[in-house]
Amino acid sequence: MNIAGYRLPLFSSLILWAIVWEIVGRTGAELIVPPLSAIVLRIFEIVPTKSFLDALAITGEAFLSGSLIALVVGIPLGVLMGRSRIVDDLLLPWVNVFLSAPLSALVPVIMVLAGIGKATIVLTVVLFAVWIVMLNARAGVRGISPSLVEMSRSFGATVFQSFVHIYLWAALPEIIAGVRLGLIRAVKGVIIGQLLISVVGFGTLFEVYLAHFLMEHLWAVVLVIFAFAFVINELLAWAERSVRYYAASR
Amino acid sequence: MTLPSAVATPSPALDAAPIVSVRNVHKTYPGGVEALSAISLDFPEGKLTTLLGPSGCGKTTLLKIIAGLLPATSGEVLVEGRPVTGPGPERAFVFQDFALMPWATVVRNVAFGLELRGMARSEREAVAARYIEQMGLKGFENKFPHELSGGMRQRVGLARALAVNAKVLLMDEPFSAVDEQTRRKFQEDLLELVANERKTFIFVTHSIEEAVYVSDRIVLLHRRPGRVHAIIEPNISRDVDPEQIRRQPGYLDAVENIWQSLKQYLD
Repeated sequence: MNIAGYRLPLFSSLILWAIVWEIVGRTGAELIVPPLSAIVLRIFEIVPTKSFLDALAITGEAFLSGSLIALVVGIPLGVLMGRSRIVDDLLLPWVNVFLSAPLSALVPVIMVLAGIGKATIVLTVVLFAVWIVMLNARAGVRGISPSLVEMSRSFGATVFQSFVHIYLWAALPEIIAGVRLGLIRAVKGVIIGQLLISVVGFGTLFEVYLAHFLMEHLWAVVLVIFAFAFVINELLAWAERSVRYYAASR
Repeated sequence: MTLPSAVATPSPALDAAPIVSVRNVHKTYPGGVEALSAISLDFPEGKLTTLLGPSGCGKTTLLKIIAGLLPATSGEVLVEGRPVTGPGPERAFVFQDFALMPWATVVRNVAFGLELRGMARSEREAVAARYIEQMGLKGFENKFPHELSGGMRQRVGLARALAVNAKVLLMDEPFSAVDEQTRRKFQEDLLELVANERKTFIFVTHSIEEAVYVSDRIVLLHRRPGRVHAIIEPNISRDVDPEQIRRQPGYLDAVENIWQSLKQYLD
């Protein structure tokens, strides 16, 4: 962005809002919104502690395994939906329902099924992430040009070869977009799951911090989680850009 | 209907060795639309035969049945005496919209048929390089399709079909998506290809001029349902300069005769 001929550095707006935050924090609101500098210092203080690292490990594990399940189940099912009318008719209504439903309401149900613990968190992550992954893979496969499919058949491709050489590549831009959206939802799922159960991972931390009204600690954890979600989004946005060279010309 | 002598019935010379035979093929699409009715045709080896007709006459359907991409409702197609049950290595297809993989380079696109057959990478890329050069695309091996013009893309499609060394090339309106100047150049190159490659070409077009210019034999189809209306062999000498072909009386007569017989089917 340019203002009065000067080129502003990257993240200028972030810096501006950080300053606003700092000022607000120093003018009497520190009970709820502590100054940003204090929160940043607190991040350095909290992150190396055992309780934080434990929470991070539990969260990371649940996030990774839940996301992995969502992708491994979601992508092939989405591809199948894109290829088969019957599978599509069977699954699409459910996908649409779960995509728009407030999934947090289901976490207590999962808790009853899977108990209070890791399994519930993982299932919550899957529940949050899998639908958008399926829908995008489906859209990608449905958009494949029929002549590309005929081309691979006419040159003797087996079903498996067509899948590997044509379907997956042709649908890749949509699949990656789906993975990006799915992982962002997975971050939501892992945090919401822990908050609702409140005895696991960051859920415990939030519970303790809130009970003792440690707002700096609370904000520190929130900022770490936000940064994590931001990094995931940027990584996959980069992956999306790397297939853009053909996405527009399919 | 009777046709003047310039477009006489098939000559025995072209009937000698049919490499592809279509026997009493019917095609009815789900929903009851009859696309093809009782088609019986022989395609002579080493020649270029064109399927010509108005849109909706089933010419692309017939080509895809010969390719094994569509099943016939009844009847059969024989290639070298064996019935067609699906695509086979002795046939290669050239697509109207090129059907190139946009994520793959020119050389990978050209070598795709060989890659599917499991040929080693260095070997198949050497074969592809030969056909890329023949098609005048040398220097573009590592470009992607979206970096090429429409004409160049179809050259990639042609190189891919030639690279698998099929005996029969099936071409579905291959020049209809390129501009007029490029199309004329393609038509000249195609004549050269037919003369040099000793392959059998089955060519689909809706352009009368293009059909007469490139074909040894033209199968005129009419529609609803698609039937063979006439088989025409333009009386054209191809030994002359390609520029001269369009001035030959045989060329002009054939174009006029086909136009007169297609005109009655206009809506």
